[in-house]
Amino acid sequence: MSTPGELLLEQPSEATLKVILSGRWKLQKNLPNADEVVRKLDGTPTVGDVGIDALGVDDWDSGLLVFLVDLRKYCLEKKIRLKSRGLPQGVSSLLELATAVPEKKDARKAEGRVTFLTNIGDQTLDFFRSCGDLLEFVGEATVAFSKLLRGKAQYRRSDLWLILESCSGQALPIVTLISFLVGMILAFIGGIQLQMFGAQIYLANLVGIAMVRLMAAIMTGIVMAGRTGGAFAAQLGTMQVNQEIDALKTLGISPMEYLVLPRMLALAMMMPFLALYANVMGVLGGALVAMSMPGINATQYYKQTVAALSLWDLGIGLFSSIVFGVIVALSGCMRGIQCGRSASAVGDAATSAVVTAIVGIIVATAIITIITNMLGV
Amino acid sequence: MPQAESHIIVKDLTMAYGDFVVMRDLSFSINRGDVFIIMGGSGCGKSTMMTILIGLKSPAKGQVFYDEVDFWGADQETKDRIIRRAGVMYQSGALWSSMTLAENVALPLETYTDLNPSQIREVVKLKLALVGLAGFEEFYPSEISGGMQKRAGIARAMAMDPEVLFFDEPSAGLDPVSSRRLDELILQLSESLRTTMVVVTHELASIFNIGNNSVFLDASLRTMTATGDPKKLLGETKDPTLRLFLTRGEKSQP
Repeated sequence: MSTPGELLLEQPSEATLKVILSGRWKLQKNLPNADEVVRKLDGTPTVGDVGIDALGVDDWDSGLLVFLVDLRKYCLEKKIRLKSRGLPQGVSSLLELATAVPEKKDARKAEGRVTFLTNIGDQTLDFFRSCGDLLEFVGEATVAFSKLLRGKAQYRRSDLWLILESCSGQALPIVTLISFLVGMILAFIGGIQLQMFGAQIYLANLVGIAMVRLMAAIMTGIVMAGRTGGAFAAQLGTMQVNQEIDALKTLGISPMEYLVLPRMLALAMMMPFLALYANVMGVLGGALVAMSMPGINATQYYKQTVAALSLWDLGIGLFSSIVFGVIVALSGCMRGIQCGRSASAVGDAATSAVVTAIVGIIVATAIITIITNMLGV
Repeated sequence: MPQAESHIIVKDLTMAYGDFVVMRDLSFSINRGDVFIIMGGSGCGKSTMMTILIGLKSPAKGQVFYDEVDFWGADQETKDRIIRRAGVMYQSGALWSSMTLAENVALPLETYTDLNPSQIREVVKLKLALVGLAGFEEFYPSEISGGMQKRAGIARAMAMDPEVLFFDEPSAGLDPVSSRRLDELILQLSESLRTTMVVVTHELASIFNIGNNSVFLDASLRTMTATGDPKKLLGETKDPTLRLFLTRGEKSQP
């Protein structure tokens, strides 16, 4: 077996340096590199000729090429003549190939450090840009919706049915689990406090009003943001990567009508039903905890819940759920359509869709709460 | 004249998807240093053939020998060792979009060698320079053209100095000039590195420019009907399907 690649430097005269290569010049950790020759040349500026003797090279790969390319580059810079003999067959042509297209210096990206202030400035500009994008998207969605009302929107009814199915029946298991548990949690926390005053029957009021007026809609909205909003963003993002959205545009079909509208409609239509279902599940969860407390039975809990709730509570909850549905659909579709053209961009779009939807839901909840308080309902 | 040394041998191979047989009774040999073309009409199973050769799909029947080692009969360790000696350029380039070109080429080196980061940087620069992409190290795949992505795909395939390089439809989607340049690059690399090149293509210009050995897969018969130098096949074949393919279906002049 041949020895690992070796490098020997000889200086037969003041103006000449001989670089003798031998052994196995294949990529490995301790392979000699051109720096050794460069150091020698830097230390002896009288050298004007470098001769490479590669007769002793037994085997080679990119390891030898890297060495030769580096040495050649240095010699060119310092205007030192470089001659070689005994280079293995193919090496010379590969060296020619490696230098055939000169390095494109202006292609390299600027690698300057970004200062703190620049970062804040960039983030602020990004924020305003995204606010503008959001307004533009909402505007386009409104136009598409108005076309739907006039019966002029272009979309496939079959798509709408498929999306309706995916965001209704298929979402029930997760909505059941989350709302039932939220009902139980509310009852546990409230029950401990109310029991101190012997007012545990008002647990029905607490759970009923909280779930029906607010929590069922919020929890359903958050579940749908993670489950369906993220899926919308991933679907549309992948379509963006595959240029499917471009294809729609070039055919004169509005992606807003064809892709966004059915998703928005489906969620806006299904969210009230899901929220209604979540109300029942949440109240049942609360009832389960309440019945484990002394002095409360199922009939009492039911009667107290019915007495505590008004149609306004139900209406506000259902209205909120429609708003949340539209927010989830718009966030998912907007992030999907804004998606870049790479695999990682699809992941970013899905994450961003969920975050945008949750922030939107919280902001909308605050606004709805303030308005209902002002109206006294 | 020295006897050509067989590098890859395909013996009695049958390719199938479930019960559907794509091709059967395939037997041919690829010599070391060959630019071997797997040719045939659209949908005949050329790319499937390549996926079997690179270990992504197992054959329904038959064997593939790499240097006399039965690839599909070998243990996983041997398979991994053989596959690490091969490089693949996929039809779309298949560059990892979240990585720069330098990171794409560096990944196999970081994974399979103990080279230090500066050595890896040097190798990456060399490989990108070999395909005419010097200076584009920090670019992401989405920031360069389709032709450049293909060349970057070749640089990544060559990262480990493979003994055999596979190309899946290298000229697909390229303009004639870029396609010609890519062919020349494949030829130059083949002549300089003496690497075995296996090219899946149906582009006649590429087939005649670069191929010195080939196999023709006939979709209608579901088997191979010829193997050899494509230029010789054009002159000698009496098979009407192959003649039609090699002449782009043009009628011979009276």
